Amino acid sequence: MNHLPFKLDRRQFLGSSVATAGGLFLGTVWHSELSAQFGRPAPAVVPDAFIHIGADDIVTLIIHKPEVGQGTETSIAMLLAEELDCDWDKVRTVFAPVDAVYGAPFQGTVGSMAIRTSWMPMRMTGAAGREMLIQAAATQWGIDPYRCRTGNSLVTDIETNESLSYGSLAEAASTLEVPDNPRLKEASEFNLLGTPVKRRDTAVKINGQAQYGIDISLPGMVYAVLARCPVPGGTLLSFDVSATKAVPGVLDVIEVPQGVAVIADNTWAAISGRRVLQVLWDEGENATLNSTDISAHLHELVSQPGVVALDKGDADTAREATVKTVEARYEVPYLAHAPMEPLNSVARVNAETCDVWTGTQMPGIAHLSAVQACGLPADQVNIHSQYVGGGFGSRGGGPLVAESVEIAKQLGGVPVKLLWTREDDLQHDRFRPVSCVQFNAGVDASGIPVSWKGTVACSSFMGLRDGIDRESISGLAELAYDFPYVHFQYHEPGITVPTNYWRSVGLSQNTFFAESFIDELAVQAGMDSVDYRRTLLADNPRLLAVLNLAAEKVGWNGPPPNGRFRGVAVMNGFGSFNAQIVEISLEAEQVHVHRVVSAIDCGSVINPAGVVQQVQSAIVYGLSAALRGEITFEQGRVQQTNLHQYEPLRLKEMPVVEVHIVASDAAPGGVGELGTPAIAPAVTNAIFSATGKRLRRLPIDLA
Amino acid sequence: MAIISFTLNGNVETIDVVPDMPLLWALRDTLGLTGTKFGCGIAQCGACTVHLDGAPVRSCVLPVTAVNGRNITTIEGLPADIGSSVQRAWQDVDVPQCGYCQSGQIMSATALLSVNANPTDTEINSAMNGNICRCGTYQVIREAIHRAADYIADNELASNSLATNALEKNEDEAGGAV
Ligand code: FES
Ligand code: FES
Repeated sequence: MNHLPFKLDRRQFLGSSVATAGGLFLGTVWHSELSAQFGRPAPAVVPDAFIHIGADDIVTLIIHKPEVGQGTETSIAMLLAEELDCDWDKVRTVFAPVDAVYGAPFQGTVGSMAIRTSWMPMRMTGAAGREMLIQAAATQWGIDPYRCRTGNSLVTDIETNESLSYGSLAEAASTLEVPDNPRLKEASEFNLLGTPVKRRDTAVKINGQAQYGIDISLPGMVYAVLARCPVPGGTLLSFDVSATKAVPGVLDVIEVPQGVAVIADNTWAAISGRRVLQVLWDEGENATLNSTDISAHLHELVSQPGVVALDKGDADTAREATVKTVEARYEVPYLAHAPMEPLNSVARVNAETCDVWTGTQMPGIAHLSAVQACGLPADQVNIHSQYVGGGFGSRGGGPLVAESVEIAKQLGGVPVKLLWTREDDLQHDRFRPVSCVQFNAGVDASGIPVSWKGTVACSSFMGLRDGIDRESISGLAELAYDFPYVHFQYHEPGITVPTNYWRSVGLSQNTFFAESFIDELAVQAGMDSVDYRRTLLADNPRLLAVLNLAAEKVGWNGPPPNGRFRGVAVMNGFGSFNAQIVEISLEAEQVHVHRVVSAIDCGSVINPAGVVQQVQSAIVYGLSAALRGEITFEQGRVQQTNLHQYEPLRLKEMPVVEVHIVASDAAPGGVGELGTPAIAPAVTNAIFSATGKRLRRLPIDLA
Repeated sequence: MAIISFTLNGNVETIDVVPDMPLLWALRDTLGLTGTKFGCGIAQCGACTVHLDGAPVRSCVLPVTAVNGRNITTIEGLPADIGSSVQRAWQDVDVPQCGYCQSGQIMSATALLSVNANPTDTEINSAMNGNICRCGTYQVIREAIHRAADYIADNELASNSLATNALEKNEDEAGGAV
C-alpha cells in the first residue's frame, strides 16, 4: 500500500501513480451517519474522498481506517468494490490522510468499530459511483439506465450486449451529480462480500518491504530515545550529560517536558548514551507505590458501599425469592499491550510545518496532539500514517507523537526518529487497569439467580459520568444475562498509574469475573455449565445459538478425551456474540490448552477469512494474558523489564483453534476484540472441572 | 570504531561502527535494510532473526564484530529456492496480520527447512519457539511450514526428474551405453 503525502490534494497525491489526469473522484454520503454517532455536525461533502477511477481502468480506493493487522486494507476495499462492481484485480489501495471527511478528529480504528462504522457509508459510496457510471453510459448510448447492468468494471447494455469500461466512462461520470440514495445490492447479489478474500497486504509483509513507522528514514534524520521518570507522575530535577556526550555517535542531550532526550546518529548510540545518563527525578507521590498495596486498596474498597452504577428490577421481590446467597471476590492485574513493533514516531518541525510519520490507530488524535505540541495552525501539521506493527489499544497516537514533536521542535528542521525500546514500552505503557469485584448473587430453589449484585473497583481512563466509569461495569452490571434484579456499585480507586484501552477493554476483565462467577453458580445449582447457561440465555437467542454451536462442535454431550477437561464461557460485545469451549490438561502445576472451539455470530460477514484470523488472534492475546500477563509495581516502578518477564504465548503453546461462524444477515458486529474476553474464564472454568479449584485471580497460578 | 567487512545477501559490505553495535542496528540504521525488525533487543522475540552462515541468529544481540568475514542473509536476500517456497506458502495461507514479526518468522522457517526438509509439528515447535507473534498467527505458521515443505519436495521431484530426463537423454545420445 502506498502512503499519502500530507496535503489533502487528492489529485496531487494520486497524480504520480494514476496514469491519467481526470477520471472519477467520488465522494460519499457517509458523513452524516458517522457524525451522528459522535454527535458532531456533518462536514461539507467532499466529493472525491474514497474512489478514483483512472482512464486506465485502475480503481484506487482510499482506506480511512489504519491497517494495524486487523485487515481493514482488505475489508474496507471490499465494501467499496462490491457496490461499485469493479474488477477486484484492478483495485489499488492507499491510506487516507487526516481529514474531517475521514472522521477526524476521531479518524482511526478503535473499539472493533472499523467495519461497523463503514458498512453502510462505504457501500453507499460504492453504489453511488456505480449509478454515476451507469448514467454516463446510458447518456452516451442514449438509452434508459435501466437497460444497463454492471460487473467487472464494465457497464453493459443488456439489449445490445455492448459494453463500456469504467475507465472510459470515468471522466463523464465525474461531472454528474452524486445520487442521494443509490440502490444497494441485496446480500444475494454479492460477489465479494461474504467470500474469503486474500489480504491485500500479504505480499509486502513477507519480503521485508512493508514500511512501518520504525522503518522511516529521511535525509539527515537523527535518532532519539527518551529518559522518562521511572515512577508515574514524577518530574525531572537535574541531569548530567558528561558520560552520555562521550558516547560515540551521541550528538546532543536535550530537555523536553516529558524527560531528557538523547539524540544520536544511530539508534544504538542513543540507547548507549541513555544507559550512562545521570538523571535525578522527583519521584513524587507514587515513589512508594507497590502492587501489594494497590491490591489491598481495591479489596478494601469493594467491601464498602460505592456509587450506584445500576439498579434494575425489584429488590424486594428478589429478596423474597432468594433461597441462598453466593458470594465471591475476583481480581485482575495491570496488563501491558506489548505490540510487536515498539512505539516510535518520526517528527520534523520547522517554522512553517510540522510533519509526523508514525503507525497509529488514531491519526486524528495524532494530528491534534502534534498541533498542540508544535503550536502551528492545524493545516500546517501533517500526519503520515504507516503500517502499524500491532496496536491492541496502545497506539492512540497522543503522548507518543507529542514527545517526538517536542524533541523535533528543538532540532531546527532536522527530522528525528524517537524509539521506545521494549523496556520503555513495559515501563511506560498506559496499562489495562487493575480491577477487583465483590459479587453477591441470590438464587432461587433451583439455583437460578434472582438477584445479581456486586461492587467493583477499577481505574477509569475515560472519565466518570455521574460518578460511574462505563467500561468498568460493561459485561459486569450490564451483561448478557437478564436477571430479575441487578444492583452494582462502583469505586474509582484514585490510583495515578496511567491506564488505557486494551484489546476488548472492560470486557477483558469483566467477562472473566462474570463467566467465572456464573460457573460457580452452576456448580451451586448442581447443573452442567452449558445447560445452566442455556437456561439463563433463553431470551438471548443469538448468544444461545453460538453456545449451542460451540457445544455441538466440541462434542459437549460426550466426555472429553482422556486426561482432558473442558470449560466454557460466553460473551456479548461489540455487536457480536461469542461462545468458547476449551480443552485443557494439567501437568506439574502447568495448564496446557489443547483446543479452543470458538463459535461466533458477528452479523453479516465481510471477509470470513479475515474473521477467522481475528478470532484466532484475539484468543492468543487473551490466552497470553490469562497464562502469564501481569504488570506489577514496586517502589513506584514496573518490575517487568522485557518480554522474558512479560512473555506472550509462544508457538509451542498454541492450541488448535476452531472458529465456527453462525450465518447471519444482521448488520455487521465487531470482530477484532471478540475472541479475547471469553478465553480466560473458559480456561479457568476448565481448571475448576479438573481440580475443583476456583481461580479468582489472573494470571493463572496453580501453585 | 571498527571496520567490519562481511557478505550481506551476496554482496560484500564494509562499515565503520562502534564494535559493540549489534548487527541489527548496523543493518537498519547504517545499511538501510529495514526488513529485519527490532522487537525486544534481548534475544526474546525473534523479530531480528537473520542467517549467519546459513544458521538463524538474533541480530539484536550479535555484536557487529562477530560477523566480520562472515555471510549474513536477511529477509531482503532470502535464499531463492527454499525461501521462495516459504514465501509462497505464507502467501497461500495469508499468514501475516500486522506483519511485523513475519521477517523473523520467515527467516527461522527457512533456516529450519534448509536443514530439515520435512519437519514434524514437534520439530516446528522447537525451531519456531523463539519467534513471538503478538497477533497470534502461530496456527497458520505451522500450516504454512508444512505447505512449504510440500513445495520444496515438489521442486526436488521436478528437478530430479529433469535431471533423470537429462541423464537418460545423455545416455541415449551416447548410444545406450550402460
Ligand atoms: S529483537 Fe532480537 S530477539 Fe527480539
Ligand atoms: S503478525 Fe503481528 S506480530 Fe506477528
